[in-house]
Amino acid sequence: MKMAHLTSETFDQNARGTLQNVQLRGALRKLAATFGERRRTVLATSEDWESWREQARQIKDETLVHLDSYLEQFAENAENAGAQIHWARDGKEACAIVLNLINEQSASKVVKSKSMATEEIHLNTALEAAGINPIETDLGEWIIQLAGETPSHIVVPAIHKTKNQIADLFVEKVGIELTEDVDVLTRTARKILRSKFAEAEIGISGVNFGVAETGTILILENEGNVRLTTSLPKTHIAVMGIEKVIPKFADLDVFLKLLPRSGTGQRLTTYQSLITGTKRNSGDEGPEEVHIILMDNGRSKMLAHPVTRQSLACIRCGACLNACPVYQTVGGHAYGSVYPGPIGAVITPQLIGFGKAKQLPYASSLCGACREVCPVKIDIPELLLHLRAEITEGTANGTERRKSAKRNFGERLAFSFYSFAWSSPTLYKLGTKMARLIQRPLLKNGRIGKVSGFLARLAPPLGAWTAWRDAPAIAPQSFREKWRDELKAKGKS
Amino acid sequence: MKVTLFITCLVDQLCPNVGVSVVEVLRRAGCEVVFDERQTCCGQPAFNTGYRNEAQKFAKRFIEIFEESEAEAIVSPSSSCTAMVKHFHELFPDDENWRERAEKIAGKTHEFSGFLINSLKIETVGASFKGRVTWHDACHGLRELNLRDEPRSLLKNVKNAEFVEMPNADVCCGFGGTFSVKFPEISAAILDNKIEAIENSNVSAVVSGDASCLMQIGGRLSRLGSKVKPMHIAEILASQD
Repeated sequence: MKMAHLTSETFDQNARGTLQNVQLRGALRKLAATFGERRRTVLATSEDWESWREQARQIKDETLVHLDSYLEQFAENAENAGAQIHWARDGKEACAIVLNLINEQSASKVVKSKSMATEEIHLNTALEAAGINPIETDLGEWIIQLAGETPSHIVVPAIHKTKNQIADLFVEKVGIELTEDVDVLTRTARKILRSKFAEAEIGISGVNFGVAETGTILILENEGNVRLTTSLPKTHIAVMGIEKVIPKFADLDVFLKLLPRSGTGQRLTTYQSLITGTKRNSGDEGPEEVHIILMDNGRSKMLAHPVTRQSLACIRCGACLNACPVYQTVGGHAYGSVYPGPIGAVITPQLIGFGKAKQLPYASSLCGACREVCPVKIDIPELLLHLRAEITEGTANGTERRKSAKRNFGERLAFSFYSFAWSSPTLYKLGTKMARLIQRPLLKNGRIGKVSGFLARLAPPLGAWTAWRDAPAIAPQSFREKWRDELKAKGKS
Repeated sequence: MKVTLFITCLVDQLCPNVGVSVVEVLRRAGCEVVFDERQTCCGQPAFNTGYRNEAQKFAKRFIEIFEESEAEAIVSPSSSCTAMVKHFHELFPDDENWRERAEKIAGKTHEFSGFLINSLKIETVGASFKGRVTWHDACHGLRELNLRDEPRSLLKNVKNAEFVEMPNADVCCGFGGTFSVKFPEISAAILDNKIEAIENSNVSAVVSGDASCLMQIGGRLSRLGSKVKPMHIAEILASQD
């Protein structure tokens, strides 16, 4: 099943697709178990975990409140170190800047390391439209690029693909003989990618953290492809969301503890590339030009309210995806966004608008597992509830009124009626009595079984509930009736 | 101690015996129990679906009713409804007076099992139940009210009952309020993992602290013709088999 072009608008349909895909569901279950276990193991020996989380969140909060001045400081120091800074209001501008830089150098050979920011703005599509074919060099990203798909996880992009599918893909796209030997497959990828690195003129990367104090960018990885992408080609272009800036070099310490532990259960990633400007002397290794594109693309709008501002504290570790029962069940593609899972459900509607993603804030049981694992203590359930209120009422807690999604009139009517009727004990009791009468023909052994056809259309929630679950009956005697009849008096005896 | 019940609409209408059990256990624990018949719903469905104006109406009503009570504590057999009361203050961002009133009521409101252990300091309530039982953590009890050990220690102290911990007891059952009917397929798929864990535990009852989880789990167990009985912790604690 090809899942590359799913959109957030059709989350429910996309999810139904995943539910039919036994292989994918198996992979997702394994992912959750493996990554959950790795994270728990490394946390068992990280006694200061809670204080690290607290410290990191404080740094993020402080940065986000004064984001403008930290960005200016970052830009100034990066420029002093020889980097060139570009500001992009949105994805379109960011893509245009990248394309322009490539054209200025008359370059055509481009390598890329894994970057969610470039996925977010569909940079590859923009470059391909201009005749440039950037090569993804992260193994997982390269695999999905070969397959013409999109990432389904922000840390392990090809988690939806099985070994067999990858083996078949290598036969079809790389032209090797069929093998499921992982060593052979990775060695093949390595050989091809090494040749791409050797001839690359431009290297494009993302950024994990940008240090305002020094103008340094930090990128974490395990495969060494980021190191090559950012050091071999003559020109390095880094696309950085404006929320990635942190004040001090020393602040990296706590984030270097949190991110690998949360993302992959590692104490530290294999590589940490700290890049401060261009190479200093002609004999040195490293790029002659470093361009950093500071991209807004909807982020500054999230700054406006303290609740939505939290969204920008995210360090893209993926822990909330691995912990989320909904993500584990439907997978990343169902969200129709480069940012899936709980954090995707809050970021995506804010980035692309409620009209296109209004289902996503509802795609959660609010179980809170995401909040529990988040290394920067983002209260994702609070954010989801906030966005739900913005969707139904256009505003929440005094936020600027957003262009709202199409109203759900049936639901609004139901909630208005419920709040009216249940605010009166008389109407509440009358409702209970009426429900007892109405349910009578549906009862079987004291429960309501599958309701379908006309009745399910009349009461869609009842149809949806009873498709999988029996519904309990309204009890013949309510608690308040029992209280009045016998319980109250018993207490006095 | 004088206790006023916040019985919740689900318990009132769908499983009143849970409420009866709560009264029995609290009285056994020496509490004087009262119930204000004006109460209906805490407004959680409205709040969780994004209808804050409607939720605010319920919150004000709830606060007004329970402010009148002389009881020292408000006790509820539902962790998610208790958590909702603790969220009331968020509904009054621009009204300090109501926010303070909301916080005061929230401070007095306790979930049943947590109340027994943490407020009454009671570990055993003279219950006995023949059978193997396991515990399902209601998400709001576990992650909003931090109740992990409380219900477990109460269950372990039930005479004749054998307590077993099932795998992933702390993972959601897939209910999630309106989530369960907005995305019924996803809700049911999450639920089936829970059902599998319950069935593999070979228990006669699965116990929880939220009528909504029990409705979700119980509804599927019933559909599948399972012999496992969904039970509220108050029912086990009231039991004297």
